Amino acid sequence: MLKALHNFGEYVLLMQRTFSVPERFGVFFRQMLQEIYKLGVDSLWIVIFISLFIGAVLTVQVGLNITSPLIPDFTVGYITREVVLLEFSSTIMCLILAGKVGSNIASELGTMRVTEQIDALEIMGVNSANYLILPKIAGFVLFIPVLVIISMFFGIGGGYLMAYLSSMITVAKYEFGIMFWFSPFNITYSVIKSMVFAFIIASVASYYGYNVRGGALQVGKASTNSVVMSSVLILAFDLIITNLMLGR
Amino acid sequence: MIEVLNLYKSFENKTVLTDVSTVFEKGKTNLIIGRSGSGKTVLMKNLIGLMTPTSGEILYDRRSFSKMKKPELKNLRREMGMLFQGSALFDSMTVLDNVMFPLTMFTRDSYKERVNRAKFCLERVNLNDADDLYPAEISGGMMKRVAIARAIALNPDYLFCDEPNSGLDPKTAMLIDELVHDITKEYNMTTVINTHDMNSVMNIGEKIIFISGGRKAWEGTSAEIMSSTNKELNDFVFASDFFRRMKE
Ligand SMILES: Nc1ncnc2c1ncn2[C@@H]1O[C@H](COP(=O)(O)OP(=O)(O)OP(=O)(O)O)[C@@H](O)[C@H]1O
Ligand SMILES: [Mg+2]
Repeated sequence: MLKALHNFGEYVLLMQRTFSVPERFGVFFRQMLQEIYKLGVDSLWIVIFISLFIGAVLTVQVGLNITSPLIPDFTVGYITREVVLLEFSSTIMCLILAGKVGSNIASELGTMRVTEQIDALEIMGVNSANYLILPKIAGFVLFIPVLVIISMFFGIGGGYLMAYLSSMITVAKYEFGIMFWFSPFNITYSVIKSMVFAFIIASVASYYGYNVRGGALQVGKASTNSVVMSSVLILAFDLIITNLMLGR
Repeated sequence: MIEVLNLYKSFENKTVLTDVSTVFEKGKTNLIIGRSGSGKTVLMKNLIGLMTPTSGEILYDRRSFSKMKKPELKNLRREMGMLFQGSALFDSMTVLDNVMFPLTMFTRDSYKERVNRAKFCLERVNLNDADDLYPAEISGGMMKRVAIARAIALNPDYLFCDEPNSGLDPKTAMLIDELVHDITKEYNMTTVINTHDMNSVMNIGEKIIFISGGRKAWEGTSAEIMSSTNKELNDFVFASDFFRRMKE
């Protein structure tokens, strides 16, 4: 417990150093674009791939489980849409990205720490936290909405494909289902949620990576720890944000 | 000139440095020598501000390090260059970008001026055609050269080297030593070098301080070291057969 508090304090201090005005805006901007590319654009294929398949599987699962004649067929489209928009494209996608992006950030910073690259920055008088971490957090938080929207598109598209390929449900009914009782606020909610998650992923991974002591083994450990910790936090914040934004 | 006055450093009830006082002189290569674990690295880290002394003072040309305010500290940082044990080059940047980095962060020079300065520094360390290579693609000796070029890019007044020739063959080690020595003379820098290599001591030891068990046990020049009667120092110096035979 005491250790958790200590870690949290360290984390807050690190964020304080991170969120200061960059030394050189040109450099910051270039770094941020690089991070968007490395953390965001490079995650596109995995997001598309997973979304497409989960969307398709969701449609099949729901279709197979609705046997009662009292429930209309378009429910399949409706449920697929709700699950994808509300939880899958934000929470589940971010849990997956916590693994990919989180470990990437933690191992990069950890390596820089153990090879004294961070010390080298400090000696030069560069605020290493600001220089290294801010572009990652800013880049990932800015780009996550793009990933989420793409994931929504392909998730629902996966279900569409299934409706088209199988005889379980007609395309027309699926289309009707995905437009049924549609509330655009759900998209806003998902996007906001994912931006919080993106902040958690990038900042927690940075914290673990930045504070590595030792060698390559500790870098690996830090990257594992960061994935575990950010996953737990994502789930906790999912509950909190959902209650705040949708609860009543 | 860097003055160290009654420096103490302890970590959670373990004292590593006890009452160290000395002067590192301008325009000379000042060596800190001692057995492994004697506290050389800790002393250097205190000098450059990567660690804070438990008590005692460090004066950079009469300016007290501990009493400096942030802006002054920032200016002082720009007068310091450091060569890390593992070179600490930025993995994600080419050789040229590594050397240009301090210039980009801290000068208003145009791109062209920065490239010229970086190339000049690389030429100074006799590295001409590695500009576009990444640190992973060059040898350890070349990395040291790049690190020296980066350290002198901003024309520092103080140069720090942590074991500059560890991991190098004797011939390359000597070349690096001589390079550091020549640059010190050329720019009239205050250079502090951490080493346990007796070859360096004999070649470039203009002022030597010997640390034993966290205390300064001896100080003098390379000429004096051979005739010293200090028991601990003799144990250290004549640990190798070669030097023992040389003395006899
Ligand atoms: N951050 C730290 N916390 C606690 N103890 C430390 C820390 N850093 C160094 N020490 C201790 O200080 C002592 C001196 O270490 P130091 O690294 O200065 O030795 P050294 O003279 O540089 O040795 P080497 O030649 O092997 O590099 C060691 O006993 C080490 O365990
Ligand atoms: Mg050492």
